[in-house]
Amino acid sequence: MKILVCISHVPDTTSKINFVENDTQFDTQGVQYIINPNDEFGLTRAMWFKEKSGASVDVISVGTAETEATLRKALAIGADNAIRVNATARDAQQVAKEIVAVMQENSYDLVIAGRESIDYNGGMVPGMIAALTGMNYLNNCIGLEIEGNQATAIREMDGGKETITSPLPLVIGAQKGLVEESDLRIPNMRGIMMARKKPLTVVEPTQEGQQVQTVSFEKPAPKGAVKLVDPENIDELISLLHNEAKVI
Amino acid sequence: MDFKLSEEHKAVQQAAREFAKTRLLEGVIERDSKMIHPSEQVAEMGALGFMGIMTSEKYGGSGMDALSYVLALEEISKIDASAAVIMSAHNSLALWAIEAYGSDTQKETYLTPLAQGKNIGCFCLSEPEAGSDASMQRTTAEDKGDFYLLNGVKNWITNGGKADYQLVIAQTDPDKKHRGINAFIVEKNWEGVTVGPKEDKLGIRSSDTHSINYTDVKVPKQNRIGADGFGFKLAMQILEGGRIGIAAQALGIAAGAYELAANYSTIRSSFGKPIADHQAIAFKLAEMAMDIEAARMLVYRAAYLKDSGEPYGYASAMAKLKASDVAMKHTVEAVQIHGGNGYVKEYHVERLMRDAKITQIYEGTSEIHKIIIARNIRRGELALPI
Amino acid sequence: MSVLVYAESENGQLKKIALELASFGKAIADQLNTNLVAVTINCDNNDLLGTYGVNEVLATSHQGDFNAQQYAAILSEAAKSKEAQTIAVSSSADSRFLAPLVAVALDAGYVTNVVGAPISSNPFQVKRSVFTNKAFSVSEITTQVKMVGLSKNAFGVHENPTTATITNFSPAGVTSDMKVTTLDKATDTVTIADAEIVVSGGRGLKGPENWHLIEDLANTLGAATACSKPVSDMGWRPHSEHVGQTGKPVASNLYIAIGVSGAIQHLAGINSSKVKVVINNDPEAPFFKAADYGVVGDAFEVVPKMIEKLKSFQAENA
Repeated sequence: MKILVCISHVPDTTSKINFVENDTQFDTQGVQYIINPNDEFGLTRAMWFKEKSGASVDVISVGTAETEATLRKALAIGADNAIRVNATARDAQQVAKEIVAVMQENSYDLVIAGRESIDYNGGMVPGMIAALTGMNYLNNCIGLEIEGNQATAIREMDGGKETITSPLPLVIGAQKGLVEESDLRIPNMRGIMMARKKPLTVVEPTQEGQQVQTVSFEKPAPKGAVKLVDPENIDELISLLHNEAKVI
Repeated sequence: MDFKLSEEHKAVQQAAREFAKTRLLEGVIERDSKMIHPSEQVAEMGALGFMGIMTSEKYGGSGMDALSYVLALEEISKIDASAAVIMSAHNSLALWAIEAYGSDTQKETYLTPLAQGKNIGCFCLSEPEAGSDASMQRTTAEDKGDFYLLNGVKNWITNGGKADYQLVIAQTDPDKKHRGINAFIVEKNWEGVTVGPKEDKLGIRSSDTHSINYTDVKVPKQNRIGADGFGFKLAMQILEGGRIGIAAQALGIAAGAYELAANYSTIRSSFGKPIADHQAIAFKLAEMAMDIEAARMLVYRAAYLKDSGEPYGYASAMAKLKASDVAMKHTVEAVQIHGGNGYVKEYHVERLMRDAKITQIYEGTSEIHKIIIARNIRRGELALPI
Repeated sequence: MSVLVYAESENGQLKKIALELASFGKAIADQLNTNLVAVTINCDNNDLLGTYGVNEVLATSHQGDFNAQQYAAILSEAAKSKEAQTIAVSSSADSRFLAPLVAVALDAGYVTNVVGAPISSNPFQVKRSVFTNKAFSVSEITTQVKMVGLSKNAFGVHENPTTATITNFSPAGVTSDMKVTTLDKATDTVTIADAEIVVSGGRGLKGPENWHLIEDLANTLGAATACSKPVSDMGWRPHSEHVGQTGKPVASNLYIAIGVSGAIQHLAGINSSKVKVVINNDPEAPFFKAADYGVVGDAFEVVPKMIEKLKSFQAENA
């Protein structure tokens, strides 16, 4: 079975979020970059298939040279090959199309992408890959078994879950639950050494143009003092939580 | 001179950091309090390749350099100095000598399982009457023809209880003084080897430290490392390398304490502002940061010299001395910055302060390191080598 | 030309998010001076959409369970038939699942987590949340057809009564070889790590026998329960509920702390929660400095009132 895992190079969530260039660019100073957590859940499941049934695992990312450290981490975790499309990720459709262009050169049975990335929270790349290639697609994947040419997957829905069967090839949107956090792998020293020798191929981009662009960024207003509500007026608390805070 | 870490070194650092955060942090306070050995985590360290990190790949090790070793130890020490010393004693004090000087049989029998983390190693040099003065060996290994008869007591042995294989230093020919000392690989389960009770220590409490008794232990000839009489020289070389490990441990303890204190100072407020904005605290943090950076340069340079194949005894002595002093001084400051909270286990810094002390004592006391540095500069006629 | 929204229903009844989405669609339609069309699938109360400004409902039916490919095909065909220039979907799991498929079919630029009506229609710019709720960005969609995903609770429900024409729509549709084999609507107790809402109790509750207050409030909100360190140390609650620096971290949307003073190590552990509500009868409790909303009062009186008020609120907004 040939698996492709799509990896995003994203800033660590504990990083301070700041903007520069008149609030048009994300400030990368001092920011630690990591594999997008949802992608990592997907990669870990791919490794499970590799160890259990000898599947091959390729990883791909759309990004410029500094994203290679993240791809090497995926190789250190155990992926066989890495591919970097040498372009800045501009929007979801561009990323999806670049990945699809690479996919045409190889035929993958399973394509795994994180359901959503923690930086732009688009949540659309796996779906777009499926739509562009006509492959079946399952989002919010919290369980995946493959027997021969048949996949049995579990999708997390609002208020429950469903089990779905699909023939391969299949695209899935991975998230926590597909594997548990305790299953995530720390690259071992052997893996780090071997990652150096595994192929990391750079391919030139095929896509031009952009459908969505960021005009500016904005940080949320700083937290003000606590809003005290009279204990006789709990209605007001409920109203604030619903209308202002929008948490209920 | 490139001060940047290579991508690969960063990957090692990241892996160790992730391991420490996700696998060592939980339960570290309890393990320290109750002297619980982190056996599960040590097994994981073996699986990650930390337990034979510098051993050649052909013997099952990770084949990495001293800088990688230092980076990994530093990250682990920030959170669990006990796990760090278990790793350091195993790698520097037990493994290294077997790879450098062991026979093929010794490597096959002992080096590979140790490097894979399947067994733990320890180094037995110190005795009740011989600490800094290691040439005063009272443990004897009489040459009986086809075996050596080992008798004596070793103490302060890190991994003493858990180690399956021990690297023991003993006197074979007292007339030859330090030239009559040998090094042996001894197995814990041999007849006559008795591991004493676990020491109740001030710090690094979840690493197990024991005295070990040897009563008429028969050590096969082929378990002697190197030529007859090589033991003392070997012990000194072992310590020279071990110093780098402890320097990294001390550095990590200091850096861990700094991170905690810096973070605390932004959350805790007094007199209307975070304490980080009060100059008294700001100055403490500035000094901590500077001293840690200075110690870090010494530690990384010692590793670099070792990796370049250059003499590194002087550099590793400086690194260990500096890093341990910085660790002791600044863990005390970290507790001070935490105020009352620094005095309770929950905030971690009091444990780091207790852990720091031993770094000034073991693997060569601070005083011994000053002697080493002084000798080096005297030999070089007091000019500063670069 | 039109604005098209996918108005979701469950068991034949429109969901509240559909009404919010219709309100949002109406705002965009007004900005663009065009019609608002809603697509429904297996819905019985389509005319309700008129209350929220929908001009036309394309009512469709679909046999069998939700299937993203098939639903997306319905929406794409509807959008094409109505020459929709802007399509809006909700942030439900189903909508997020099918939307990218529609975006590709229509070659539409698609932006998710939009927090309000477009700030400009030409160029088409919307404000969305990014970096997982840590910031906002203004994004511009440059394609001819535009697609937006509305963040939950971001726009609210606004009435704009008109009469909606209901048209039966039967697009050609697509086949799918994906099959749902089991459907599990069981709700297990939500864990602290996954919870959107966490209700936490501290020493102010006086004893384990009073924990029904926490549990009842949590049940009302579908929340996870948690406690402060002293509470778990005293054995009032299991260790697994201890949140704080040395306990579990909390990163929920809403954290309600009842009878918790707010010691630093507790705050450090719950810092990542978006909105913090504190109920404590001590006005000097340090937690009030870190809270967004607070009630200085007796938990034994305030919490039952909260439960009562929440229940009526939920009934109104079902």
